[in-house]
Amino acid sequence: MSEQIHSLPADAMVLSDAEIAEIDAEIAHAPYRAAVAIDALKIIQAHRRWVSDECLEALAAYLEMPPAELEGIATFYNLIFRRPVGENVILVCNSVTCWIKGCEGIGAAVSQHLGIEPGETTADGRFTLLPITCLGACDRAPVMMVGEQKFEDVTVERIPAILDHGEGATPG
Amino acid sequence: MPVIKVDGKDYEVAEGGNLLESCLGLGLDLPYFCWHPAMGSIGACRQCAVVQYQNEEDTRGRIVMACMTPVTDGAIFDLSGERASGFRQTVVESLMVDHPHDCPVCAEGGECHLQDMTVMTGHRDRHYRGTKKTYRNQYLGPLIHHEMNRCITCYRCTRFYRDYAGGTDLAALAAHDHVYFGRHREGTLESPFAGNLVEVCPTGVFTDKSLVHDYTRKWDLQSAPSVCTSCGVGCNTLPGERYGRLKRIHNRYNPAVNGYFLCDRGRFGGTHVNAESRIDFPAQRDSEGRFQALTDEACARALRDRLQGKRLAGIGSPRAGAEANLLLQRLVGAENYASGMADDEHALMQRALAHLVNSTAHNPSLREIESADAVLLLGEDLTHTAARTALALRQAVRNEAHRLAEELRLAPWQDAAIRNLAQDRRSPLHVVCAGSTDLDDIAAGHYRLVAADQARLASDIAAIIRGEARSDGAAARIAADLLAAERPLVLSGPGAGSAALLDGAAAIAEALVAAGKAAMLSFTAAECNSMGQALLCRDSHIALAALASTDAEVLIILENDLLRRLPMASVEALRARIPTWIGIDCLENDTLARCDLVLPAAAFTETEATYINQEGRAQRAFPTHPPAEARRPAWRWLLDLARAAGDRTLSGIGHFDDIGVTLAGEDPLLQGIASAAPDHSFRSRGLKIPRQPHRYSGRTAMRADVSVHEPRQTDDADSALAFSMEGSATTDRPGALLSYVWSPGWNSNQSLHKFQSEIGGALRGEGSGLRLLDSLAVAAATPAPLPEAFSRREQEWLLQARHHLFGSDELSRLGSGIEALTGRAAIYLHPEDASRLGLEAGDGAVIAGAALEVRLDPSQVPGSAGFSTGYPETLALRSGEWVNIDVASDWQRQPELIGSDRGAAS
Repeated sequence: MSEQIHSLPADAMVLSDAEIAEIDAEIAHAPYRAAVAIDALKIIQAHRRWVSDECLEALAAYLEMPPAELEGIATFYNLIFRRPVGENVILVCNSVTCWIKGCEGIGAAVSQHLGIEPGETTADGRFTLLPITCLGACDRAPVMMVGEQKFEDVTVERIPAILDHGEGATPG
Repeated sequence: MPVIKVDGKDYEVAEGGNLLESCLGLGLDLPYFCWHPAMGSIGACRQCAVVQYQNEEDTRGRIVMACMTPVTDGAIFDLSGERASGFRQTVVESLMVDHPHDCPVCAEGGECHLQDMTVMTGHRDRHYRGTKKTYRNQYLGPLIHHEMNRCITCYRCTRFYRDYAGGTDLAALAAHDHVYFGRHREGTLESPFAGNLVEVCPTGVFTDKSLVHDYTRKWDLQSAPSVCTSCGVGCNTLPGERYGRLKRIHNRYNPAVNGYFLCDRGRFGGTHVNAESRIDFPAQRDSEGRFQALTDEACARALRDRLQGKRLAGIGSPRAGAEANLLLQRLVGAENYASGMADDEHALMQRALAHLVNSTAHNPSLREIESADAVLLLGEDLTHTAARTALALRQAVRNEAHRLAEELRLAPWQDAAIRNLAQDRRSPLHVVCAGSTDLDDIAAGHYRLVAADQARLASDIAAIIRGEARSDGAAARIAADLLAAERPLVLSGPGAGSAALLDGAAAIAEALVAAGKAAMLSFTAAECNSMGQALLCRDSHIALAALASTDAEVLIILENDLLRRLPMASVEALRARIPTWIGIDCLENDTLARCDLVLPAAAFTETEATYINQEGRAQRAFPTHPPAEARRPAWRWLLDLARAAGDRTLSGIGHFDDIGVTLAGEDPLLQGIASAAPDHSFRSRGLKIPRQPHRYSGRTAMRADVSVHEPRQTDDADSALAFSMEGSATTDRPGALLSYVWSPGWNSNQSLHKFQSEIGGALRGEGSGLRLLDSLAVAAATPAPLPEAFSRREQEWLLQARHHLFGSDELSRLGSGIEALTGRAAIYLHPEDASRLGLEAGDGAVIAGAALEVRLDPSQVPGSAGFSTGYPETLALRSGEWVNIDVASDWQRQPELIGSDRGAAS
């Protein structure tokens, strides 16, 4: 971590200055500190890709809320990651429309190309593969995401190019 | 009252209720999971579905959740029709999809609400063929066992733990079909009420760890109505026994006292009766100072030799029953009888008693405490001195929420809606204590003061309420909140060790009554019969300190470790002064070790006794099982002592009830104690009341290693209960004789509603103890002088007792699992004071010869030092004394364990 580690308060030591600054900016708009829990989790994840136990406890202390309650929030949302993920999280939709349009083959092709099963991360740490229920683009099923990029009308043949070069991402 | 039609029949039901509680109250079986009588409705589990029709013409109707449906006049419901029951069957089948069907190895089996409801709905065949979820369980501490696979996600656990009891470390985690109820990481559940999860969870997710490790099914447990002996609240309990061992303690419903819940000291502390340090045989010290066991005959001879024609003195006990204490008082004479409380505590309890009796403010039951709409708590860390009362205060602060709900005409059982409406708005609770307390999270204000300043503040508040003084500080804020309420409660107790504080509390309550308020005044009591001892000794008593100057030749000590009451030097002086000591107790202690003759007492689960709680409520406890070996109830030993001493009045007493008949006379106190429960001649339908459920099994098998000839069951001539499964176990038997709760189809404790006249109301058989103070006269207390304001000293620290739920009580600290939670005795210092002394957290400090662990607490008043009271290491320390604090030289710091280490160790 290149950012300077924040020194106070004791419980928040694992949070960086930059994270604290962003969280404070959210708190400024909130009626009480715990109200920014979701945003704060996203901030930490943006900086570190995932939220560790230490971060969760530090954040709970910083937001003056019980860690169990924050854990309840963190684990409720499937896009808050409580385990380490790779540089790019691949989300392959397996919801109804994508299923009709053959997403099972898509997921299998990703697995085969990267040599990982759903839930796993490649050895070089570049990719983590996760299934997801709906990415909100059913009219262009099957759909998948790699990091921040969305890919529509995905075919098995396109998988190598998507994963190796990010080819064919939907602009936006 | 509204009339509703259920399955074509008209029923009159209580106004304002919901359909589920109305149906249950009518005796109709309607399955449910998430609803709880003390926690209301949230409509989460969908199990109590019924069909409601618009009118007589409506033939379709619609499915509604009974728990969320108010009963209105003329409403028509179909409970047992195919549509409603089919829906409920589908619901239970879906709840069972992930349930592991591991009933044979589950500690809940046989008293499982999920089993009962599954059978009740008629769901029999599994259609689901998929895999089931498996979860990783958590180590939740030494008291509670966790088995998440069994969860049906009714949310009762978090609703109790967080919403009702204010715990913060148990939450619903994750979502969808993998919701998980646990902590954010492994570790001991922090709430002192966590044990209630065992009863609140409708299945086996949270179970009693000591029961799991020493297991017996509910139907094989023998149980009897008992009273918790771990503090002065007097919660009603149901201990369960088999093989002569206490297996577990469950709540016994008493609408006026504990309702549906216990604290963990009471629930888990009772297993001290299984301790290896139990005394089994009478013993006499031989010439070499060793104890030699005595036969019955030798014991009788030894008693005669030592007692005949001797001058006797006696020390009673606030942890022994009223009858044993009364017998000892009569045997030695009231002027030679000490209550057994430390002299300062005795004086405080007499004062508390005098205030309760003479105050015009109402002395409330625990249930009434929950109705207070403003509370002032003076000098008690209530969660540690009377935990169940602290739980009641957590409900009292919700009266503001109920007031808001009433404005919107929201029914009181609409739990989620009311919590959502009120958010953080609470009725005011002001906590005045020497340090932070576990109620600070719901307090409108907390004030950290040493006892002297607490008393001064109380005096100021009273003066402001009377209109004699003005201030714009804390006293004025508190007074304003109390005056703004309709039913303000002032709660204090002997915990702070200040007589002036008790006077202050009484003065505030008096002033509130004068201001037209329905004010309440309540005091805690440290032990299960402290108030009983204050009552018994209200006219005559000898101080412990004065015993050494009597001419007594024999000292009889009843269930009391004097080292907890007197400084070591005084005990030694007393020992040197009185030549013969006879001790009656159940567990080894340092007082018995000093006795010449030791008599093994039955523990609280083995003897009949009446305990008088802090409210002055006499409650009878019955033996769960007969005492083993040569153990006998203390009251029987005292009758033996009386016979040996040649006391003719007491010698005539045969069984338990004779004690009252023979001794009560015109004394309203003793008459009250004697009528706390139906006597031994009571019969239900002509039969005794069984302690064993009718499915009790293995009566021959369980002692087949000794003999296959089943012995006759022990007769219980002293009570209306039988050590048997035979007898009359009707649901209308008196509450005081409720030996277990069970009803056909209702094997779990949810069967309780069958025993109630209405949900959450009185028991059908009545009986919740007898309030004694309302009919007694006691002289008013002489006002104590107001102490000087606290000012710190340069080199000395003022000691202030800190009570620990796990550790400060003599016997419960030995309960299974609890010994792991008591920790080391500690000294609490303000961080700045600690650094002045060169001490850090975890270091050792020496105070009056005791080496204690240092804990830093910013809430400790600078210049004062809190200490863990009631620990063997701290018995020499007294609240209010000034002491030096030195650094302990050869101190070993406690190694830090993480949760998984403890899990592996347990």
